[in-house]
Amino acid sequence: MNLKALMGYLAGLLFGLGLAVSGMTDPARVIGFLDIAGAWDPTLAFVMGGAVVTTFVGFRLAWHRGDPLFGDVFHIPTRRDLDGRLIGGAALFGIGWGLSGYCPGPAVASIAGLSWPLAAMLLAMVGGWFLARRWS
Amino acid sequence: MDWGSALQGLLGGVLIGASASWLMAALGRVAGISGIVSGLLFDRPTGDTAWRLTFLLGLVSGPVLLLLLGEGGNVAGQPDAVVGPPVGGAGLMLAAGALVGFGTGIGSGCTSGHGVCGLSRLSVRSLMATVTFLVAGMVTVYVSRHLMGVGA
Repeated sequence: MNLKALMGYLAGLLFGLGLAVSGMTDPARVIGFLDIAGAWDPTLAFVMGGAVVTTFVGFRLAWHRGDPLFGDVFHIPTRRDLDGRLIGGAALFGIGWGLSGYCPGPAVASIAGLSWPLAAMLLAMVGGWFLARRWS
Repeated sequence: MDWGSALQGLLGGVLIGASASWLMAALGRVAGISGIVSGLLFDRPTGDTAWRLTFLLGLVSGPVLLLLLGEGGNVAGQPDAVVGPPVGGAGLMLAAGALVGFGTGIGSGCTSGHGVCGLSRLSVRSLMATVTFLVAGMVTVYVSRHLMGVGA
């Protein structure tokens, strides 16, 4: 087993645990956050807050070392431009997110509680990624 | 406000942040789920596929581990559950899934890549994407739940 693969597994496991502990594997909680005119559920704001602050510090500690522990270089997105694809794509994603309460991470992590609607969600999501690659 | 749920959200968020930090420190990669999984399925770059596959396995096994330990997650109204039920049928989810896949595909990221990692890098592109999908999600929930009465 190569080390990169093991480190990837650990990162995925932490991510999956985080989604489950925080309740992001419950689409009702996510929709409760987006439903500002209903019984608003602030949980997602705490999840994002905890994740962003931790990552902000963690990234800087990681970069301070100069290079990754088990990789060649840091792969950081370099694009700075704002274009229609970025904003249009994010808008379409937001509509799907609001309809289902699933973004990609929670949808995949919820496989432990697989149902027909979740299977449909995952299948269509993969189809959407395929189309997006074709379209570019 | 339910402080127990909020605290669990904060704890889970810190775990997600630890995951993103670890992936950057260990492999130099951004923890964007849409990019990692779609890259695994459609690009399979040499030397860069195994960790995506194991990351995906880890992501799925996180909730499984909680279930095996007999621990509950933070599902609204179900303290023993780890994964909440879908909010609609397969038809609604087909439409939603296609939008989420296509949208994150052409918009280069989702809640993790733009939201968590992008905001932490102070990226303006990711900030714009995050604001856009949050507002689009809020408008969608308002229109579908309060104006059309879908999935309520």
